[in-house]
Amino acid sequence: MSWITKTLTSSIGRKIIMAVTGLFLCTFLVVHLIGNLQLFKHDQGAAFNTYSHFMGTNPIIRTIEWGLVLGFGFHIFEALVLTRRNKTARGAQGYVSNHSEQNSEWTSRNMGILGSIILIFLLVHLYNFFWRARFAGDLPKMGGADPLTSDYDNLYMAVVSSFHIWWYVLLYVAAQISLGYHLWHGFRSGFQTLGLNHRKYTPLIKYVGYVFAVVVSAGFASMPLYFFLFTNAQGEMAANAPAILQTVASAF
Amino acid sequence: MAGSNPNAKPMNLTLKVWRQPNRQAQGQIVEYHVKDISPDMSFLEMLDVLNEDLLHAGQDPVAFDHDCREGICGSCDLFINGRSHGPEKGTTTCQLHMRKFSDGDTITIEPWRANAFPVNKDLSVDRSAFDRIIQAGGYVSVNTGGAPDGNEIPIPKEIADRAFEAATCIGCGACVAACKNASAMLFVSAKVSQLALLPQGNVERKTRVENMVAQMDKEGFGACTNIGSCAAECPVGISLENIAILNREFLAAKATSNNLA
Repeated sequence: MSWITKTLTSSIGRKIIMAVTGLFLCTFLVVHLIGNLQLFKHDQGAAFNTYSHFMGTNPIIRTIEWGLVLGFGFHIFEALVLTRRNKTARGAQGYVSNHSEQNSEWTSRNMGILGSIILIFLLVHLYNFFWRARFAGDLPKMGGADPLTSDYDNLYMAVVSSFHIWWYVLLYVAAQISLGYHLWHGFRSGFQTLGLNHRKYTPLIKYVGYVFAVVVSAGFASMPLYFFLFTNAQGEMAANAPAILQTVASAF
Repeated sequence: MAGSNPNAKPMNLTLKVWRQPNRQAQGQIVEYHVKDISPDMSFLEMLDVLNEDLLHAGQDPVAFDHDCREGICGSCDLFINGRSHGPEKGTTTCQLHMRKFSDGDTITIEPWRANAFPVNKDLSVDRSAFDRIIQAGGYVSVNTGGAPDGNEIPIPKEIADRAFEAATCIGCGACVAACKNASAMLFVSAKVSQLALLPQGNVERKTRVENMVAQMDKEGFGACTNIGSCAAECPVGISLENIAILNREFLAAKATSNNLA
């Protein structure tokens, strides 16, 4: 083995791959969340569908997409390798009494479980939107008078109809709670693994991570909840929606 | 007895102790009862009482590791009621006093668990994996010759203090025992950052971290996931900052050392 492979397969090397891919995936979450906020726009999905078409066809985005595939791939692969290694290191005989809840946070000890829930969600999510848009091609078209956008996939309607299925909404919300807890530990952990620990910045990184975790997970979870609770089958806001939502919606 | 509390009443306790005759044998928890334990005793003195009782009854005493009984040698290593060195913060087992327990308590006592720390007998574990990690690079090579003057190499007090904080690691292994991943990174990082901070350690800085991490992996310790149990259980308060230092020392060494292997 060369020094590079030796470095990257050592315990610290694998941790560093986890940290780099994890923090990279955090940037993806930001982009994905901001893009998806267009679902809330009251234009029958015109803006969201145009954005989706751009993301699905632009050559630069399509190239970066491979980085995302690799980011997820390595993050999941290294997690599996490290978990196996760590289980072996712990040994076959466990403790009869172990009160780890007294010395550490639950989220920190259960990143694997949280990650697995997110992975299951990811596969369902990719099949439902990505696979159908990119490969299956069975989504309805936008139609309408504009010849430029009439043959765009109407991904907005796919989102709206999915988010009217109760178990789908449940899966999404559960996955976002898991993601929130995953980020609660993962954000600051990534910096620590990269050696970025400083008494001036580490407390800041920690709290930025907490805010990031809450904002991202709540942001994503708000989408299925909004469509399930407050819209009709066409994605138009129901008359019984809270006044605050009506006010916010009319602002767009 | 000087310093003892005259009002402290002796305690009767139930002990659940891990008994294992040797490395290969299957172990199990065995229940014992000890009577009239003074609250002023240390935890190890309480075990001495148990062993006396066992000897008088013609039974095999419980093997456990101990040496200085002053909290500085790092020999004592019991996992008490689900915590390294017991539930008290910042203590070794020998410095844990029975007044932290109450009459009638049941106390579970287990050896450190980790694949790299095999159980020799009962509560005594083999921690020579730590010795081999130190042998791989946890030292400063000193050439023979005249002794250098004490103040020849000026070291700022702040640096000296930080190096000393890392140097306080007694190598007890509480970090490994508490870690979900049985990772030795707090132990390794304490030595790596101690020596990386000092000019004397700078000469072997890159080979040290490369060799110590390689040995740590070879011994079969796990990889840190930044849970923080280790630092919470450390009797001398080695901080997680050291693991961050280890990570960047390792990365910098791998990127810039002349070692191609």
